[in-house]
Amino acid sequence: MEGLKLSDAELMVYIHPSQSRNVYKAICRQLSSLLFQYDETFDGVLLAYDLTVGSKQAKILAGLAPYFGVRVNTKLLLFDPKPNSLVEGKILKVSLESIHVVVLGFSAAVITDVDIREEFKYRMKDGEGRFVSRSDKGHVLKGGTMLRLQVQSFDAEVMHIAGSLLAANTGCVKWLEKKNGEALHMDRDRKRRKLAYTQVGET
Amino acid sequence: MGASEAVTDPSSLYQTDYMANDYDYDTDVVHTVRNALASVQNGESDNYDELVGVMHVKEFSNTDAVAQLASVLDALSGSVACIDIIHHRKILSAIFGMKLWDHGDVVMDALVGLIVSLAATSGKYLDSCLNMLVSNFLPPPSVIKRHSDTRVINKKREVLSRVHAALLKISVLVPLAPSRLLPMLAHKMPKIHKKDQSVVIYVENLLKLENSSIGQVGGSRILMMVMERLRDLDLEIGWDDIPQDDSSRGMFDMELEDPVEGIMDEGDELPVGSLKEDTSGENIVSELLDKLMVTSFDHLESCQNAGRLDQVFENLFESFENYILNTYKSKFTQFLMFHACSLDPESCGVKFASKLMDIFLSSNKPRATRMSAVAYLASYLARGKFLPVSVVASMLKRLVDECADYCRTCNDDIRPEAHRIFYSGCQAIMYVLCFRMRSILDVPRFRSQLIPLESILMHKLNPLMVCLPSIVAEFLRQAKAGGLFIVSDSFIFDDLLESELSRAFGGCERLDTFFPFDPILLKMSNSAISPNFNYWTMVRATYDEEDDDDDAEIIVNGDEESDEDNDGDLDYAMNKMSITPKHSFKNNMERDRLMKMPSRIRPSTSPESL
Repeated sequence: MEGLKLSDAELMVYIHPSQSRNVYKAICRQLSSLLFQYDETFDGVLLAYDLTVGSKQAKILAGLAPYFGVRVNTKLLLFDPKPNSLVEGKILKVSLESIHVVVLGFSAAVITDVDIREEFKYRMKDGEGRFVSRSDKGHVLKGGTMLRLQVQSFDAEVMHIAGSLLAANTGCVKWLEKKNGEALHMDRDRKRRKLAYTQVGET
Repeated sequence: MGASEAVTDPSSLYQTDYMANDYDYDTDVVHTVRNALASVQNGESDNYDELVGVMHVKEFSNTDAVAQLASVLDALSGSVACIDIIHHRKILSAIFGMKLWDHGDVVMDALVGLIVSLAATSGKYLDSCLNMLVSNFLPPPSVIKRHSDTRVINKKREVLSRVHAALLKISVLVPLAPSRLLPMLAHKMPKIHKKDQSVVIYVENLLKLENSSIGQVGGSRILMMVMERLRDLDLEIGWDDIPQDDSSRGMFDMELEDPVEGIMDEGDELPVGSLKEDTSGENIVSELLDKLMVTSFDHLESCQNAGRLDQVFENLFESFENYILNTYKSKFTQFLMFHACSLDPESCGVKFASKLMDIFLSSNKPRATRMSAVAYLASYLARGKFLPVSVVASMLKRLVDECADYCRTCNDDIRPEAHRIFYSGCQAIMYVLCFRMRSILDVPRFRSQLIPLESILMHKLNPLMVCLPSIVAEFLRQAKAGGLFIVSDSFIFDDLLESELSRAFGGCERLDTFFPFDPILLKMSNSAISPNFNYWTMVRATYDEEDDDDDAEIIVNGDEESDEDNDGDLDYAMNKMSITPKHSFKNNMERDRLMKMPSRIRPSTSPESL
């Protein structure tokens, strides 16, 4: 899945003197306040962090409350789905007009009917809506399916992805991987057969 | 039907095809609506304006218009992708301005479906959708006035079930919705100066959210909001009428009257009407607070039934610590904790006591917080009828050990101000023993845990002189009768409630006279609390003689009823106190008065104003 990146960052975290009893906890709390929010500096939504304190020396700021700045080396896991990148998520709800997906458990993604390629036809089965591919009945998009979709836009404020299933490499992940696997398998087979025929041909 | 025909006369479309094949009709409406929406971008706004006109139904009895509205809303929820936030501002504001309370079932379902679609399909509308749903928590003002009307109650159930279902659906489809919802809940809460039923309805809604999956994310913040509002209302009920310094005037009689007046029945003889005129403003506040307390009690009971009271208790205690613990003028809000503990004595009941003990023992906390915590602990251990004696004994042991340690290591300063925490600890021990002496002394192991107490009380810091005289007197009397120890100096206090020395250790917050769990004076809340509450009248002191036990059993059995029978009849109640058949106490009025435990200064919600 694209859109996830691991960044190294050197940060300066300013701690209030009242927190000086447990500095590590205070740093974690500061960084945790940035979780699940889009940050321009990091260029992405912070999902997780791992930190090591750079140096035990901290510079005290002059001012009303003497905050002190601690140097911290962090590894940041960032989520930044650029347009036309591919992400994967679980389908929550399928209706005639839209498919609702949740990506990584926190980001809501929606694919509206205009962005679903012609190949897929809406069907009702057992009271539940689903999209079935016209070319391969086995390719089904219904509630609970893991879906690979292409990102059209990402609203960082509410973590909302507008997605599309127009590209051919989008759809049910399991089905796509199976198809890829078969294609590879067929390629290998074809090469082997070609080799065998040429050998036969030569003799 | 061609698209162009549909566009020129949409209204006829709805009427002629209304009873036709539902599927075809719906798609036609969807096409019409989508075309109307698209036409705005081309500069033609006639169809769009007509669409907006359908949204503003003036006469709700016009069934055609209503049906049209429902089908348009349905069509819109299917065309959410075609709605543009800039070009379709008018229709969006019409949608977000609609009130579910004004409409019937069909339109409500269609509107809620549209809101869920809008919220889930595009991040831009999420906040407005959540806002619209939260503003539907409260009915229009005219409906609030008739809140006890059956039709209104039914309507309330219909609307709120849909609102909450919609909020849950949105939070499933958009996982971050609850975190955006919480600030809105705080923002849209009715302001403190609105003293009508609206805050009760709003709090009911908040607690319902706390019970749902949204509560997993925001439960602690919701409880904080509720606790804060309860506290603010509590603080508005003033103490103005009572002369604070009149320590001789029947301060001791208060406790006696409290359980009596608090449990007034509906069919009570007291002329409630005339009493209300005096402090009508505060009466409204106390009634409102009473209703809110009862709503909260019901919520706690439903948490207990759902098996999640333990988890809620952690959040509840956090709100208590933030809002109530250091608010010494809080009179009733703390009973929320009492009720939660009574619902689950083994777990929550014990947790509350240990957490308070931890605060008292923690040297990191401010002194006033520690003193307040031990006052809460003492009042709780004394009054919690549901607490097993073993819990009380173990808490007492910790207090005794802590005070004994302090005695060994303290400095030579003899001013009360220098040892405030110590004195509040000693007073707490004595207060609890006034209520529980007999049951503690009955068990030899618990009795032996109190042995260090003698050395504490005989220490040069002299807690017996510094602590509240009324408590010390009662404690000594019981200690002597129970054979715990005999104090050689006689302490005659002339029934003072307080002294210079106790004031000194109590400080300006008056933590020496702080008994937070004294009987609650709100009518409905008291009925909920009283089965689990230890009234002083029910306590069997160690000096009550053996042959009183039979009489005590008769009177104390099924106590709440017998208490309620004694409305305002002080003499009978006094007789109940002196339970010996020979009436040996009755002659000694001095002793009777000293037997009563001091209450806090009574607030103005006394019989005069209730």
